[in-house]
Amino acid sequence: MSPSPAGPPAVEVRGLHVSLDGTPILIGVDLTVVAGEWVTVIGPNGAGKSTLLRAVGGLLPAPQAITLFGTPSTALRRRDRARVVATVTQSPVVPPGMSVLDYVLLGRTPYIPPLGRESTADIEAVHEVLDRLDLTGFHSRELATLSGGERQRVFLARALAQGATLLLLDEPTSALDIGHQQEVLEVVDQLRHAHGLTVLATMHDLSLAGEYADRMVMLADGRVVATGTPHEVLTERLLATHYRASVRVVPGTNGPLVVPVRPRRA
Amino acid sequence: MRKRWWVAGVLAVLVALLAGVSLGPVSLPPGSVAAELLNLIPGVHLDSGLTEREIAIVTELRLPRVVLGLLVGGLLALAGGCYQGVFRNPLADPYLLGVAAGAGLAVTAVIALGGAGRQGAISGLPLTIPLAAFAGSLLAVTMTYLLGAAGGRSRSPAMLILAGVAVSAFLSAGQTYLLQRHSDSIQPVYSWLLGRLATAGWHDVLLVLPYAALTTVVVLLHRRELDVLAVGDDEAKSLGLHPQRSRYLLIAAASLGTAAAVSATGLIGFVGIIVPHTVRLLAGSSYRVILPLSLLFGAAFLALTDVVARTAAAPAEVPIGVVTALLGGPFFVLVLRTARRVLT
Repeated sequence: MSPSPAGPPAVEVRGLHVSLDGTPILIGVDLTVVAGEWVTVIGPNGAGKSTLLRAVGGLLPAPQAITLFGTPSTALRRRDRARVVATVTQSPVVPPGMSVLDYVLLGRTPYIPPLGRESTADIEAVHEVLDRLDLTGFHSRELATLSGGERQRVFLARALAQGATLLLLDEPTSALDIGHQQEVLEVVDQLRHAHGLTVLATMHDLSLAGEYADRMVMLADGRVVATGTPHEVLTERLLATHYRASVRVVPGTNGPLVVPVRPRRA
Repeated sequence: MRKRWWVAGVLAVLVALLAGVSLGPVSLPPGSVAAELLNLIPGVHLDSGLTEREIAIVTELRLPRVVLGLLVGGLLALAGGCYQGVFRNPLADPYLLGVAAGAGLAVTAVIALGGAGRQGAISGLPLTIPLAAFAGSLLAVTMTYLLGAAGGRSRSPAMLILAGVAVSAFLSAGQTYLLQRHSDSIQPVYSWLLGRLATAGWHDVLLVLPYAALTTVVVLLHRRELDVLAVGDDEAKSLGLHPQRSRYLLIAAASLGTAAAVSATGLIGFVGIIVPHTVRLLAGSSYRVILPLSLLFGAAFLALTDVVARTAAAPAEVPIGVVTALLGGPFFVLVLRTARRVLT
């Protein structure tokens, strides 16, 4: 359970600045994710959570600021980075007509030569992932016809097929009901332990986030305002300051539970 | 299951070849025609029972025409399927994107301004025509792409098609203007515009062949990347692809194929919509399957359409572009209805 201190951290971000169309989104963000750890980034809307994840995933120019497993991100070719980092975006594109098998096979792209075709090893890897996520019966189904929970498992399957050890999950549960939210997060946690994955996620549901994360990072207005265990970050004071939220934090079995309370009238 | 469609595609091409060569003002027995076609393979000597004159009809008149039809049909269908993948747009087609109009304008310019306006000067295809057509098609697709993006970041599929229609209209106006100013070139330009499969000889086939081969090889080698592009640029990047690089290369390849097709046979519309969509319905939505099958079925489709074009109103010929448009119009409505979900 405790992350091993040996080896370079999975993600090391030092003084990351990102501006989009001239507007500063992230201002001097530091972040360290140790290999094997689950870190969840929280923060109010517009705090820059998704931008941080996109930067770590190599989708935004971030010269010198980001190191992945000891290698500067800019030194990695895109294909090599795709073998190390897999991303599940907040609402992945569902191509019309594409089958689950073909979709998960896209995860093998970084291993297939640019002009080549998938090998039997790639197909085997895909079937193994489908098997692991209880999707075996779905491989010829059209992705667009699956339910929200099933789709989320397929998105995860594609990321796992990438064979990457760092998983970036942007709001992995935002489209799901409470039962499927738990189901997906449990699957991610099991996979993390079984395969030594590192998870960096963003989440809106604070109680749920606190139950699964080893550590949490709170962003507000593009800056890191708190970092630590869920107990240290999910406090009534921090949530009141940065979310302008009126909440009660009560102790739970796996972490603090954040309960919204209607504010008293002024 | 996919293997079955491959076999069907090859069979369709063979049937189209045999029908195209056998049917016409002088109908020849398909068995004898098949024997004569096999005789073209070095080392094969079969007795087809055809006279010298009939053999000449087969090898010098009909075969080049059918082969050119197969090449052009395959190219147009391949280019259509490729554009649909590159633009993630079910309605993309060499004609709707304005690519064909760009090639048409360029060819008209070469004929009108290049002094080729004299009668019959383009019966043999000058080398400059495919090159000019390629330049024109690239210019057109660039204009459509930029204009379609003018709507901002939310680049919608409908915007792109509207942009294509506008670019087509603009370029066609340019073409009309050129023709008005050089009225001596109206006749040769129109006989070319309406599709000149009728006058095709081996010369035309040889001229189109290198472009066709280049387009086919480039597009088919990259067909997997079109599946990756289907999930959008961001996700394609995180899968290790350079989406813009792939897109530019594939657009260039598809436009080269369109240009070669247009410069050989004039404007033949809708093949790039009809064929890839039919393949998609029958054999699945992966471009790894759609593109090679579109090549085969597109080839067969156009060769068979040409048979209809020259037999339906015999002894007169209906321009082949008219036949494909008559089939393609209603089909387009069908695609529009099924693609409504994607467009809105």
